[in-house]
Amino acid sequence: MTHTGKEPVAVVGVGQTKHVAARHDVSIAGLVREAAVRALADAELSWADIDAVVIGKAPDFFEGVMMPELYLADALGAVGKPMLRVHTAGSVGGSTALVASHLVAARVHRTVLTLAFEKQSESNAMWGLSLPVPFQQPLLAGAGGFFAPHVRAYMRRTGAPDAVGSLVAYKDRRNALKNPYAHLHEHDITLEKVRASPMLWDPIRYSETCPSSDGACAMILTDRAGAARSRKPPAWVHGGAMRSEPTLFAGKDFVSPQAGKDCAADVYRQAGITDPRREIDAVEMYVPFSWYEPMWLENLGFAQEGEGWKLTEAGVTELDGDLPVNPSGGVLSTNPIGASGMIRFAEAALQVRGQAGEHQVPGARRAMGHAYGGGAQFFAMWLVGAEPPTT
Amino acid sequence: MPTTSRYARDVAVVAFAQSDHRRRSDELSEVEMVMPVLHRVLDQTGLKTGEIGFTCSGSSDYLAGRAFSFTMTLDGVGAWPPISESHVEMDGAWALYEAWVKIQTGEADTALVYAYGKSSPGSVRDVLTRQLDPYYLAPLWPDSVALAALQAQALIDAGETDEAGLAAIGARSRAAAAANPHAQLRGAAVAQGDYQVRPLRTGDCPPIGDGAAAVILAAGDTARRLCARPAWITGIDHRIEAHGPGLRDLTDSPSTRIAAEHAGVFEAPVDTAELHAPFSSQEVVLRKALRLGGDDVAVNPSGGALAANPMMAAGLIRIGEAAARIHRGESDRAVAHATSGPCLQQNLVAVLEGEPA
Repeated sequence: MTHTGKEPVAVVGVGQTKHVAARHDVSIAGLVREAAVRALADAELSWADIDAVVIGKAPDFFEGVMMPELYLADALGAVGKPMLRVHTAGSVGGSTALVASHLVAARVHRTVLTLAFEKQSESNAMWGLSLPVPFQQPLLAGAGGFFAPHVRAYMRRTGAPDAVGSLVAYKDRRNALKNPYAHLHEHDITLEKVRASPMLWDPIRYSETCPSSDGACAMILTDRAGAARSRKPPAWVHGGAMRSEPTLFAGKDFVSPQAGKDCAADVYRQAGITDPRREIDAVEMYVPFSWYEPMWLENLGFAQEGEGWKLTEAGVTELDGDLPVNPSGGVLSTNPIGASGMIRFAEAALQVRGQAGEHQVPGARRAMGHAYGGGAQFFAMWLVGAEPPTT
Repeated sequence: MPTTSRYARDVAVVAFAQSDHRRRSDELSEVEMVMPVLHRVLDQTGLKTGEIGFTCSGSSDYLAGRAFSFTMTLDGVGAWPPISESHVEMDGAWALYEAWVKIQTGEADTALVYAYGKSSPGSVRDVLTRQLDPYYLAPLWPDSVALAALQAQALIDAGETDEAGLAAIGARSRAAAAANPHAQLRGAAVAQGDYQVRPLRTGDCPPIGDGAAAVILAAGDTARRLCARPAWITGIDHRIEAHGPGLRDLTDSPSTRIAAEHAGVFEAPVDTAELHAPFSSQEVVLRKALRLGGDDVAVNPSGGALAANPMMAAGLIRIGEAAARIHRGESDRAVAHATSGPCLQQNLVAVLEGEPA
């Protein structure tokens, strides 16, 4: 044993597809390869530099292919290499990146390609998530039907004004206009249009809901030596964690799940963060329905309980606010479900690398990527920084 | 002390439990099938869920017939207070690999790994066709037995085996399973039967059934505290091959060989091999790749996948069975293997060692 402790992990390449409603021009293999090739190009590496591939996606029913990593081994240059397939519901993109980072941190591999995707146009995601009777009553159509009552509970609990949700949607959709990879580019968006959009799952309106996207996101993770060879600035992983709790149980707090609090606390402990609001410069948060921004602001410790909506209302989470949330436009603008968590992680990395283009938060040194899934029960988060970790 | 210096930490399998694998389990949900197995494996160590550092499982939504099926079995773990947990849509052997990596990072000292699959609700031969290239292969609906038959015929054509040789593998496996109370097909009297897909007869194919398994991993002194004779994982690696059967030499398994080299299989003799070979012909391929020629190695003393093949768990069971032989003092150095995909496309190899008595 010549080493002690974990190997520092760096993100040296990020690649995304232009997320759209339907990529009829490419196969599933073509979609994932596009993101992987872009990540390799960003890292200035080739397939031969990759030691292992870690791939994630949400339910296989979305494309109608069981364990598609078997078929994708060729397209991702994995033949002769290790390939792992992660599936942790909506948090999977984040979990996949964390599993890949563990391979480097444990010094099992030096350079790993991690990728997550969803090609939702192959099926209907909402009904893919709606369980047949007798597993579930037929009223819970899609994820919105599941989460709307919890949004209502948040509003009741905190007394948040009805308009806060529309502010989040208006912000994220405007941020997406600065992100060339975002799915929704609504150039004529106005707050009035958001507020006038049809009610889908009361209190969630159509414009406060994530789209259904085809897209893939890839990252190249490497060790200290790999980062030293990188010509572009790397993003360093300062902390990462996963937490899970059961779907339903007496005493579960759907508004602010304990697993989310514990996960964030673990990440902050690893990264030495004691005041997340002041010490973190940008947050890419998994907000599939607008109201989840204020809810997660509290759950992640950026606001006191009951105060999250006040940050949103005061413009703190705007791109030019003091805690920008979802500068990329977030899940509300782009949602290839299996990839959405990894896009959050990758966008956080782009921010601290100074590579986020028009949606760059000036001078971002530390950024958080956040993902959740299932019945608000699976959490995956990481915190990346511009400087290498000191411990 | 086994020679484990290739990795940061010494990690061992300290407990293993499995269900009694059966053709059907209509009266049990997945969580009801998994829970007793979890309780048994935890009881072996005296650990409680909250004392486990990391939990990881392997299962398939396509077998369960619903999205996010693993969320329900998580309820059986009792994930409260919240736990550090992950899931692979793969055989549980790869969940064990993810957990082993997690322990190697130093972020956990113990891990609970479990896997399960119920094949009885559907036609597993048809279901597995959905695992193939969706553009060029799946539309033809070649099922798992047909693809394995192509592989078996390639072996016969290459002079590597014959139908009598294949029949002997099935007979030996079921005879060995007579001593395994969890196996689905036990005893020498299982008939070789008719052709399923020529040249494979019923006896060359795995039984279809439902089952679950669980393993506990622990590092260093924790492993010694939890188990009288830990099964140290002195090497573990996995590799994948091209997907298209036409792109591969089906009589060979280069991915198994590469994984075995990285796991250190060939650095010393093994006395036991637990091979995840659902079809008799696949044991021929794996023996060649792992250089298991003679009679000095006990191959599949549990009966292997030809005696019980619960999907998504059968690979993890190979690691568990090999470890259990080390726990019992019946093996000092064992190789365990798991596979996934058509015709052995993806393979994992682990070396397990016990300390000298």
